[in-house]
Amino acid sequence: MDLSSINPVVLIAALMVAATPILLAAIGELVVEKAGVLNLGVEGMMITGAVIGFAVAVSTSNPYLGMLAALCGGAAISLIFAVLTQLLKANQVASGLALTLFGLGFSALLGQGFVGIVPPRTPKLSFGFLSEIPVLGPILFRHDPMVYLSIFLVAGVWYWLNHTRGGRILRAVGENHDAAHALGYRVLRVRILAIMFGGACAGLGGAYLSLIRVPQWTEGMTAGAGWIALALVVFASWRPWRALAGAYLFGGVLVLQLNLQAAGVRIPVEYLAMSPYLITILVLVIMSSGRARKTLAAPGSLGRPFHAAG
Amino acid sequence: MLRLEKRPQPSKFWNLATPVLAVVLTMIAGGLLFAALGKDPFIAIKMIFWDPLFSQQFAAYSRPQLLVKAAPLILIAVGLAVGFRAGIWNIGAEGQYIIGAICGAAVALAFFPAPGWYIFPLMVLAGAFGGWAWAMIPAILKTRFNTNEILVSLLLVYVAEKILAAMAVGRMRNPDGAGFPGSRNISQYPAASNPELIAGTGMHWGVVAAFIAVIFTYIMLHRHILGFQVQLAGQAPRAARFAGVAPARLVVLCLGFSGALAGLAGLFEVAGPARMISIDFNSYYGFTAIIVAFLGRLHPVGIVLAGFLMALTYIGGELAQFMLGLPSAAIQVFQGMLLFFLLALDVLSNYRLRLNFGEAA
Repeated sequence: MDLSSINPVVLIAALMVAATPILLAAIGELVVEKAGVLNLGVEGMMITGAVIGFAVAVSTSNPYLGMLAALCGGAAISLIFAVLTQLLKANQVASGLALTLFGLGFSALLGQGFVGIVPPRTPKLSFGFLSEIPVLGPILFRHDPMVYLSIFLVAGVWYWLNHTRGGRILRAVGENHDAAHALGYRVLRVRILAIMFGGACAGLGGAYLSLIRVPQWTEGMTAGAGWIALALVVFASWRPWRALAGAYLFGGVLVLQLNLQAAGVRIPVEYLAMSPYLITILVLVIMSSGRARKTLAAPGSLGRPFHAAG
Repeated sequence: MLRLEKRPQPSKFWNLATPVLAVVLTMIAGGLLFAALGKDPFIAIKMIFWDPLFSQQFAAYSRPQLLVKAAPLILIAVGLAVGFRAGIWNIGAEGQYIIGAICGAAVALAFFPAPGWYIFPLMVLAGAFGGWAWAMIPAILKTRFNTNEILVSLLLVYVAEKILAAMAVGRMRNPDGAGFPGSRNISQYPAASNPELIAGTGMHWGVVAAFIAVIFTYIMLHRHILGFQVQLAGQAPRAARFAGVAPARLVVLCLGFSGALAGLAGLFEVAGPARMISIDFNSYYGFTAIIVAFLGRLHPVGIVLAGFLMALTYIGGELAQFMLGLPSAAIQVFQGMLLFFLLALDVLSNYRLRLNFGEAA
C-alpha cells in the first residue's frame, strides 16, 4: 500500500469531474421537486441520456452534438412521466419506478451496437497562463466545458428560483398547488415544464458519464448515480448551492475510494466500492433526523397529485 | 375537450379490466417494437406467449420453467403488495433477495458435507432472517430518523450486490473450484438442496412457500384487523392515526414481511434453480416483482395470475432470444411498457372521462 501515490491536487480535480454527472441530475431534480413533483425516474433518464449521447457522438464524431441529443432524449423520455402523473394522475412513486425500469431496458436495447467503442474525445478548455498556475491551475482551469456549465447551471437555477417571477410561480406551485391554481397559475403546465427540465438535466448528466467520465458505454453504467442524485436533493434541503457542495462531497468519496483501490489498500475492492452508497445512506439519516429536519423545508405539495375541481 | 371527473369510488369493472387491457396494449406496442427490430411481430408474440406452453417442440422444457420463474416473483410481489397498499415503498427487494440467498447458502456451506434433515429447514430460517434483517435497515432508519425508505432500500440493493460479489470471490468461493468465482454447488449437496419435488413439473419448495404466502396474505388482508389498518394507512393516513394505527409498527411489519419473503425467494433460488452463489446470481426478480405487484392490483390472487404472466415473458423472451435472435433487453423494455400502460389506464378506474363541447367559461 502506498498512500503517498495519492496526489491531493489531482484528487480535487478528479472529484469535480466525478461529481458533475450527479450534480447535473440533482439540479434538474431539485427544480422538479420545487414544483411539487417527485420523479424517481432519474436513473432511467440518466441512462437514456447516456446511451443516446454516446450513440449520437459516435456517429457524428462530435461530443457536443451527442450531449445536445442526450439533453433532448432525457426531456423526451421524461414526458412519459409527465403525461402519466400530470395528465393521467398516476401515482408518482410508481410512475418514476416504471421510468427507471423502462429506461434501463430501453438503453440496453439501444446500446447494443456501441459496446466497446471509444467515443470522440471532449477537449478540455485552455485558459492560457491561468491553466499553468501550480495547484490552482489543474483544479480550476483545466476542465472540460461541462464542468463549468454545471456550475453556471447551479448559479442560474439559484437566481431563477429566488429572483425571478417565473421561479416564484414555480415555488408557489410546489408549496401549495391549490392556492397557486386559485391565483390563476397553470399548475399542470408549470409542472410539465419542470419535469422536462429535470429530464434534460438528467440526460445531460448521463451523457457526461458515457462521454467524458468513463468514457465508454456499458449496460447499466449509471450504477445508482440517479438514486444518489435523488438523495443529494434531500441532502441539499432543496437549495441549489448546497447541491453543489453535496455533489463535490460525493465526488470526493467516489474518487478517494477509487484511489484507495489503486493504491492497493488491504480492503477488498467490493467493500470499498460500497462506500458511496453507504455514505449516501448515512448522509440521508443525518439530514432527515432530529434538528436538521426542521431546516429541511421540503416543498409543501411534494408528491401530491393535482386535480383541478370543477 | 376531454375532461376528467373524479369518481366517488374506484370503478370495480375498470379495476379488473385495466390489467387485461394493459396486457393487450403492451402486446400491440411490443409487436411494433419487435417489428422495428426487424422481427416478425406475430411470430415473436406467439413465441413469447403461446409456444412455451403449447408448442410440441418447446413445451416439455418450458412448462416446468413456468413454476420455477413464477414462484420467486409471486413470493416477493405478495410481500411488496402489503407495503404498497399501506404507502410503504420497499423497492429494494432485490437486495433482500440477495442477502437471503447469502445467509441461506452460508448455513449450507457451514454444514457441508454433513448429512442431516435439519439443515434445509435451518437454511429456510436463515434465508428469511437475512431478507428480514436487510429490510429492517430502512425500516428502523424510517421509524427512528424519518429517513426516506424508498431511497435507502434501493441504495442497499447496490450494497447487497457488492457483498454478493465479495462472497462469490472471497469467503464463499468453492475451495475445490480451481480458483473460479462462485460457491460450492448447493443443489448437489443432498441435505441442503431444494430439489424438484415432482419430476417434470418444476415444483420445488419455493413454489410451496409462494402458495402458503399467498393464502396467508389473503387472510391477513381481508380477514384480519391488520389488513384493515394497512388499507386505512394507505388511503387516509390521518384517519389511520385516529383509529389507533401506529405508523412505526406498520412500517416495521410491512418492510419486515416483504423482506423475509424476498429472502426466502433468494434462498429457494440459490439452493435450487441457481444451484450456487455466483457473482451474477441475482436476476432482477426483485424489480420485476414490483411490476407483478401492480399488474396483480396489489391483490394476492391477482398477483398469482400476474406472476405466471410475467414468468411467461421471461421464458418466452429467452425462447425468442434463442430462436429469433431477439435481444434480451427487448423483453425488459416490454415489461417496462406493461407497467406504463397499467399506470396510465388506472385513470379509468379512478376518473370518469367526459367529453364536453364548447367550454362554458
